[in-house]
Amino acid sequence: MSDARGLSRQQMCDRLAMEFEDGWIVNLGIGIPTLTSNCDFGDKAIIFHSENGVVGYGPLAAPGKEDMHLVNAGGQHVTLNPGAAIVHHADAFGMIRSGRIDVTVLGAYEVAENGDFANWKMAGQKGGGIGGAMDLAACAKHVFVAMEHVTRSGRPRLVERCAIPVTAKGVVDLVITNYGLFEITPDGMALKEIAPGVSVDDVKAATGCNLIVPSEVPPVRLRG
Amino acid sequence: MPKSKVYVDFDAAVADIPDNVTIGFGGFAVVGQPVNLTGALAAQGAKSLTCVSNGLRGGATLPDDAPTLEWLVKNDQVKKVICAFTAPTRASQKLAFTEYYESGRIDAELVPQGTLAERMRAAGAGIPAFYTPAAVGTELAEGRETRVFNGREYLLEEALPLDYALIRAYQADEFGNLRFARAQRNFNPLMAMAAKVTIVEVEEDILPLGAIDPDDVHLSGIFVHRLVKVPPAPEGWWPMRASEIAARAAQKGASR
Repeated sequence: MSDARGLSRQQMCDRLAMEFEDGWIVNLGIGIPTLTSNCDFGDKAIIFHSENGVVGYGPLAAPGKEDMHLVNAGGQHVTLNPGAAIVHHADAFGMIRSGRIDVTVLGAYEVAENGDFANWKMAGQKGGGIGGAMDLAACAKHVFVAMEHVTRSGRPRLVERCAIPVTAKGVVDLVITNYGLFEITPDGMALKEIAPGVSVDDVKAATGCNLIVPSEVPPVRLRG
Repeated sequence: MPKSKVYVDFDAAVADIPDNVTIGFGGFAVVGQPVNLTGALAAQGAKSLTCVSNGLRGGATLPDDAPTLEWLVKNDQVKKVICAFTAPTRASQKLAFTEYYESGRIDAELVPQGTLAERMRAAGAGIPAFYTPAAVGTELAEGRETRVFNGREYLLEEALPLDYALIRAYQADEFGNLRFARAQRNFNPLMAMAAKVTIVEVEEDILPLGAIDPDDVHLSGIFVHRLVKVPPAPEGWWPMRASEIAARAAQKGASR
């Protein structure tokens, strides 16, 4: 079992969502990042883009109200916000490659202190699942990662160098785990905020790279 | 008067597909997925196929006994798959394809999803190759041609032409002009443009010429060759809600 300490998955996504700016075009990967579409953005207008060409989707459809022709990239039945548009796959990825996506939030197996990350292939696996991650990681203006701090067997996911094949090199800006918020800086991995119930020593012990730790680490900002 | 593009059923529409061809299977997470044509191709039995598809299974809105590319895999009809996922998208899922691939019985080419779409768009647009930033610096780019433009490294990707495309659309007229509903477009127009022969399963009755306003045509009939109307369930396959799948499974269990 994964370590249940610290932030819930929804809290992790809520915290990353606070970094979104008004008007941003946001693409969410499958897994934990999907929960970001549930976040309360207050006055900010956030436009969700999905790889299958849905631009401006809203909350999940209520059971029985699903439009069978309408899913997000995770195959979930979503609704459309006013102003939504739908394009085909090549246009959806044209938006990605040409730099129109402000941030992509992706899951990962490992993130390295140099901003490399790996999320498509596990150690020793033949093949894997790339989906849209390589296009997004190479081209989005910001790459945020949301993942559990350690693997099921307790190994750190924040590492010096990725041991498994990378999705893209040097692209990650920000990482949220159940233990805290981390920023990839030119000097390495910095602990920015720490989860309730977790100590700096806990974080260091569960992290596989050097951490830049300020003298006072603020708690993770949470809503309400 | 040219030959009609309207075929009586799925079997007739796929009857002449030979062995050793490359076939695109459209759709994304069941939406726009050619479920009925895939079933007909499994029954038809063409072998040594190279299959191009985002993934193999589709999604949660198809019951387990609905036809997917998995049927062709289990029938030993597939030589190679070109896709964005060789692994299932959910850890709980198991794919025959993954087993066949890992044991070497089927070859696979794993491609970033945007590159997969663009390779077919390029084929349909008469462009032999292009450069993309996706996959630069990864295992997929090892030993391949890259080039720097404006200070950034890009990977050379070649167009992916298809012999056949199997797709699903919402409306068609007799010329094959297509309209898609909501997220049904996905890979479908790209595969149709990349293919020599495009076969479409159509959800509504095939319309007379002029019934679709030219402004509303999403894909010109120039790229479309064969049309089959999807009959109502249970004769034809339609995506189902989880509750409908559960009710259907319970009914099947009871009648057994």
